[in-house]
Amino acid sequence: MFGLNKKDTGILLVVAFLALAAPFILNPFPEGSAMAQFNAGYPDLMQRLVIFGIFAIGFNILFGLTGYLSFGHAAFLGVGSYAAIWMMKLLTMNVVPAIIVSVLFAGLFSLLVGWISLRRSGIYFSILTLAFAQMSYALAYSVLTPITGGETGLQPKYDDPRILDGTLEAGQSPRANLFGLEMNDGFELAMGNWVFTFNAGYYIAAVVMLIAFYLSIRIFRSPFGMMLRAVKSNQQRMNYTGLNTKPYTLAAFVISGMYAGLAGGLLVAMDTQVGAERMFWTASGEVVLMTILGGAGTLIGPVLGAGFIKYMENIVSKINKSVLEQWFAFMPDGIEDVMIALVYPFVGKGWHLTLGLLFMLVVIFLPGGLVEGGQRIAKMFRGKKASDDTTDASKTPAE
Amino acid sequence: MDAIILQILNGLDKGSAYALIALGLTLIFGTLGVVNFAHGALFMIGAFCAVTFSKMLSFSHTIIDETQKDFLGNPLKVDVPYIHDLFGQATGNAIIDWAVPLSILFTIPVMIGIGFVMERGLIKHFYKRPHADQILVTFGLAIVLQEVIKYFYGANPIPTPAPAVFAGSFDFGAMLGFDANSIIYPYWRLVYFAFSALIIGAVFAFLQFTTFGMVVRAGMADRETVGLLGINIDKRFTIMFGIAAAVAGLAGVMYAPINSPNYHMGMDFLVLSFVVVVVGGMGSLPGAVLAGFLLGILESFASMAAVLEIIPGINQIIIYLVAIIILLTRPRGLMGRKGVMEE
Repeated sequence: MFGLNKKDTGILLVVAFLALAAPFILNPFPEGSAMAQFNAGYPDLMQRLVIFGIFAIGFNILFGLTGYLSFGHAAFLGVGSYAAIWMMKLLTMNVVPAIIVSVLFAGLFSLLVGWISLRRSGIYFSILTLAFAQMSYALAYSVLTPITGGETGLQPKYDDPRILDGTLEAGQSPRANLFGLEMNDGFELAMGNWVFTFNAGYYIAAVVMLIAFYLSIRIFRSPFGMMLRAVKSNQQRMNYTGLNTKPYTLAAFVISGMYAGLAGGLLVAMDTQVGAERMFWTASGEVVLMTILGGAGTLIGPVLGAGFIKYMENIVSKINKSVLEQWFAFMPDGIEDVMIALVYPFVGKGWHLTLGLLFMLVVIFLPGGLVEGGQRIAKMFRGKKASDDTTDASKTPAE
Repeated sequence: MDAIILQILNGLDKGSAYALIALGLTLIFGTLGVVNFAHGALFMIGAFCAVTFSKMLSFSHTIIDETQKDFLGNPLKVDVPYIHDLFGQATGNAIIDWAVPLSILFTIPVMIGIGFVMERGLIKHFYKRPHADQILVTFGLAIVLQEVIKYFYGANPIPTPAPAVFAGSFDFGAMLGFDANSIIYPYWRLVYFAFSALIIGAVFAFLQFTTFGMVVRAGMADRETVGLLGINIDKRFTIMFGIAAAVAGLAGVMYAPINSPNYHMGMDFLVLSFVVVVVGGMGSLPGAVLAGFLLGILESFASMAAVLEIIPGINQIIIYLVAIIILLTRPRGLMGRKGVMEE
C-alpha cells in the first residue's frame, strides 16, 4: 500500500490505529472511579503526544540514520513556533499558513546551522549544534524581544492586524482554526461510565503525524536513506570511494529541522502561545531521550519513545502520597510505610529522577531502546534467534 | 582605563570557575577518552558539600537557660551547637563562620569517593562504546544526580555565606591611583581566584613533578605501550578521575558564597565549560585553563555598556560565537595536540 512493502504497511497501520483510536486507548478507566485521574485521553495531552512524536520522528531521520547527535534541535522547534505565531498575528488565525511558514523558516534556519555544523562530526558536531541552540535561546530571551516577546513570550491579541481575517467582533478572542473548524472543537461521547473526548485539534495533529510518519518510512526505504546509513556505518570509506557525503547529511539535517519546525507550528496551532524556554538545551535533550528510549534508527521507536515519555510524565507526576497510601493500603502498616518511603522519591515531583534512571538503564543495557527490548522478549518466546533484519536497530551510531 | 581593569577583574572569578571545571573535563577526556556530561553535576555536588558541611557544623541541642526569660516569663530555650560544647563558644562560632573554607577538607574525600564509584561503576563500561553513547549515559547520570540533590535539598538556592572577614570589598582604584571606589572588588572573589590558581598549579605540579604524574602523562600519550610495560594504567586513570571530580567539587565549594547553590547550577555551567574545553583543545590541560580565563574575561568585556551599545546582546552569545569560530577554523582548539580529535 502507498508503495510500501508488507511489513512497513503493517507498521503504518498499527501507528494509524494507535493514533486514531487514542481517545479510547488512553481512557481505560471509567469516569468517577479512583483511577480516573490517570486517564490521559484529554485533548491537551493527546496533542502533545503526537506533536512530540513528529519531533522525534524528525530527529530520528538525522540521528538514527546518520549517527550525527544534535543537541540543538529545540532551536528549530522554537523558530517554527515563532514563525507560526507571527503568521497568526499578521495574516490569519487559520493554521494552514502558520504551519507551512513554520516548516519553511525552520528549514531555512536548519540549512544555515547544518551547513556550518556539519563541517565537523562526532562530539564537535554535538557541541556546535548545542552552541547554536543556546545562542538562539539567549537571543530570543534578550535582544530579539521585539520579535520574540522575550520573557513574556507571544500570543495573538485582539488588535493584531490579521489581514485576511478582518476585524473581530468586540469581546471575541482570536482562536486558531482550520477553515472555520476551531482547534478546541470536539464532542464528548459517553458510553456507560466512560467519557471519551474527540477533539478536532488532536485529529488534525494526528493526521499530520501520520503523513510525517509515512514520509519517514519512505525516506528510510529510499536510496537516499541507504546513503545516510552508509554515512553512519563508515563515513571515511564513503569519502574514499569518491563520494561527497555532505549534501546527503545536510539534506537529512534540513529534513529533520523541518520536522522540528512542523512540530513547533503544530504546538502553536494547538495552544497559541510561544515562550523562549522551549528552545532551551534541556528541551533538545528531551527529544534525544525520546528517540533513544524508543529506539534510534528504527521506524516506530521515536513515536513510541515520545508517546511513552509524555504519557508517563503525565501519569507519574500525578501520583502523590495519598495515591500511594491507597495503593499500598492492603499491606501491614510497617511495610506500607516502608514501601511508600521507597517509592515516593520516584513519583510526583520526582518524575525526572525516574526518567533519568530509565534513560541510563536503556543506554546501558538496551542501546536499541524499547524496540530492541520488544524484539528480545519476542525472541525469548520464540526460543530461537531472530532473523537478521532486526539487527540494524541495535547498531550504535558511527562517529 | 579603570573600566578595563574592572572588567578584567570581573572576568577572573567566572573564568576561574570555567577553568577549574574545564580542567577536570579535559583531564578525564585526555586520560580516559570519555566525554563526561555529568561533570557539571560534580561541580554542583561540590557546592552542596559546602551546604552539608555548614549544616553539620551547626547541629545543635536545646538547653534551658535559667538566666534568660522569654516573653511569657518562662525560662528561655536556647539552641546550642554541639561545636560550642567541644571547642567553647568563641572557637565554635569561628568554626561555623569559616564553614565554607573548612568544608574543603570534607569535600575532597567525598568527591574522590564519588569519582571512584562513578568511574568503576559506570564509565568503565563505556570505554569501548562510541562518544555518542558516553554523552548520553553521562547526560542521564547528570539528570539523576541533579534530581537526587533536588529531592534532599529542595529547589530553592541555599545561601552559604563566606567568612565574615571576607565580607567587604577591596578598593583597587585607590591602590592603583584612580579615584576611590572606581574599581572595587569583593574580597571573596579575590580568594576564589587565588584558590583556583592554587588548585590549577597543584594539578600541574602533580602531573609534572611526581612519578605518578609522569606515568599518567605517558598513559595519555600512549596508553597501550604503558600497559605493555607492566604498569596498571587503568588504576592510575581511575585515580585521575577521582582527582578530576575533586577539582570540580572544589570549584563548586568555593563558588557557593558567590552564587547560592541550587540544583541546576551544574547544568548552567556544563554547557559553557564544554565550550571552554573545545576552545582550549580537547585533552589539553593548559588549553583548558587558558580558554577558561580568556572566555571569562571576554564575557565580562562583552557585557560592558559601551560594547552593548554597538552590538546589543553580544554578552549572551560571545562565548558560543568564539567557540563556533574556533571549531571551524582551528578544530583542534587553541592548544590542542595535532591529530587529536581533529575530525
